Amino acid sequence: MMSPLVREIARRLLLGVMMLIGVSMLIFAGTQMLPGDVAQAILGQSATPEALANLRKEMGLNEPALTRYFDWASSAITGDFGKSLSNGQDIASTLGKRLQNTLFLAACAAVIAVPLAILLGLIAVRFRNGFIDRLISGLGLASTSLPAFFVGYVLLYFFAVKLQWVTSVSTVFDGMPLSERLGAIILPVLVLTAEVLAHMMRMTRAAVLNVMQSAYIETAELKGLSAFKIIYRHAMPNALAPIINVVMLNLAFLVVGVVVVEVIFVYPGMGQYLVDHVATRDVPVVQACALVFATVYIGMNIIADIAGVLSNPRLRHPK
Amino acid sequence: MDWRRIPLSALIGLVLTLAIVATALFAPWIAPYATGTVVGDVWAPASDKSLLGTDNLGRDLLSRLIHGARVTLMIAGAATALSFVVGSILGFVAAVSGGKLDQFLSRTVDLMMSIPTLILALVVLSVLPSTVTVLVLVLGFLDSTRVFRLSRAVAVDINVMDYVEAARLRGEKTAWIVFSEILPNALTPLVSELGLRFIFAVLFLSGLSFLGLGVQPPDADWGAMVRENKEGIVFGVPAALIPAAAIGVLTISVNLVADWILNRTSSLKGGRGNG
Repeated sequence: MMSPLVREIARRLLLGVMMLIGVSMLIFAGTQMLPGDVAQAILGQSATPEALANLRKEMGLNEPALTRYFDWASSAITGDFGKSLSNGQDIASTLGKRLQNTLFLAACAAVIAVPLAILLGLIAVRFRNGFIDRLISGLGLASTSLPAFFVGYVLLYFFAVKLQWVTSVSTVFDGMPLSERLGAIILPVLVLTAEVLAHMMRMTRAAVLNVMQSAYIETAELKGLSAFKIIYRHAMPNALAPIINVVMLNLAFLVVGVVVVEVIFVYPGMGQYLVDHVATRDVPVVQACALVFATVYIGMNIIADIAGVLSNPRLRHPK
Repeated sequence: MDWRRIPLSALIGLVLTLAIVATALFAPWIAPYATGTVVGDVWAPASDKSLLGTDNLGRDLLSRLIHGARVTLMIAGAATALSFVVGSILGFVAAVSGGKLDQFLSRTVDLMMSIPTLILALVVLSVLPSTVTVLVLVLGFLDSTRVFRLSRAVAVDINVMDYVEAARLRGEKTAWIVFSEILPNALTPLVSELGLRFIFAVLFLSGLSFLGLGVQPPDADWGAMVRENKEGIVFGVPAALIPAAAIGVLTISVNLVADWILNRTSSLKGGRGNG
């Protein structure tokens, strides 16, 4: 007999794999929903019948959709995404480098955003309904309503153009020393941090406030503990499950939120790669990028689920 | 209604939202120039002739901003309307009929929501042309998943009420139950969601246009205007910041109003304070 914990985790993992299969079908179907076919869309209305027939044969468009899906999905599992239509390069090798850059950017933002959000959330609880709390929730409203490119270009305008503290383009290349690399991505990291900070902060505040009404917190108060110690030692551990959950969801958002940020700062990541090839109707690249984005996103969500299960004592110690 | 009971933040939001809507409605009469008219040098600073300066082709920025309000509000508004009609009707039908149909719709929505909306939109836009119709359909259908979840959850609660049971025993059809029993009672929570969905549509459309995959030239919404002028930033020309700020003003204003409506409607039922 398996423990309920292992069974629960196995169930989530299985669900994730099923989700991924469904999503791959959705991505594939998404590129099939057009009046003509992909070949027509790539070559345009003025294409000669011969050119169309050649491209159709090259892309295997004469096969039924289901066969094409299985061909595509089975080679994608082995890491083979085919070749780009626009320049004939192998997609997987380009994608690998781009994915590394994107994950590096997202990880740097996470390292700053997560501790900061939790700290600010706790401060908001300590001074709840006071000036600091209002200031923090006001900033939260602004950051969820403002488009990323507004924040991005304001920072760019003042720090890169007016003050000239940083470069306006976040170029990174192979063999670049880590310190220079970090220096180049300061602005995009700031924008990404601003994007996810507010939500994490609000949820931390709400989760901790929820626990603050319990009787044992009152006991701690009557014992004469300092306000911060009560929040940190007594309220926080019991609010951990929802906080971990929201942190993971925001990390998943970070990896996708990079799309616009990468375009603002001309950062050679996966988002830029995807957007460039949507414009040129390079379907294989778009499918590959979308699948990788979806895999990362679903993976993060599964980890969030499992972390939620693990941090729940009722599931860890079954009766 | 007593106007003094509206909190200051909501009042500011309301005034700004109405001002932007009025600007969009009366754009051709307010704007000093037509959208395509070249009035001066490229990226000229603000002057008496053009109050906000000119853009990357020497067109008046203020006039384009006023006309752009129309494009932004029209597409975002139509997409929000579509997402509400599709999402709420399917959500209600799923809740009322239950069984296989409910399972099918709910799992499809789960699947669509398991990947980010932007990625899905980019996949579809890689094969479809970015016309206004396509944008409204893509934005509307992708966002209807969220409306579906909300309206299904609300309708499941209403569905077990005595008056719905009575209607069912009377032999009413699903369509009657959805439109005459569920819809009137589900309207309040849906209306407060309306503002949030609209903000999402505005930000999403602006994002797509900024990436060059939304509204196509010669038309321009605010996101496309940011794209047109973004090269200027590096030379110290802040022209791109103006349409970007306009988007921010619109979304914050609508957010302030939506927050207020949410607080009002939910405090009537005694739930959800400001904690």
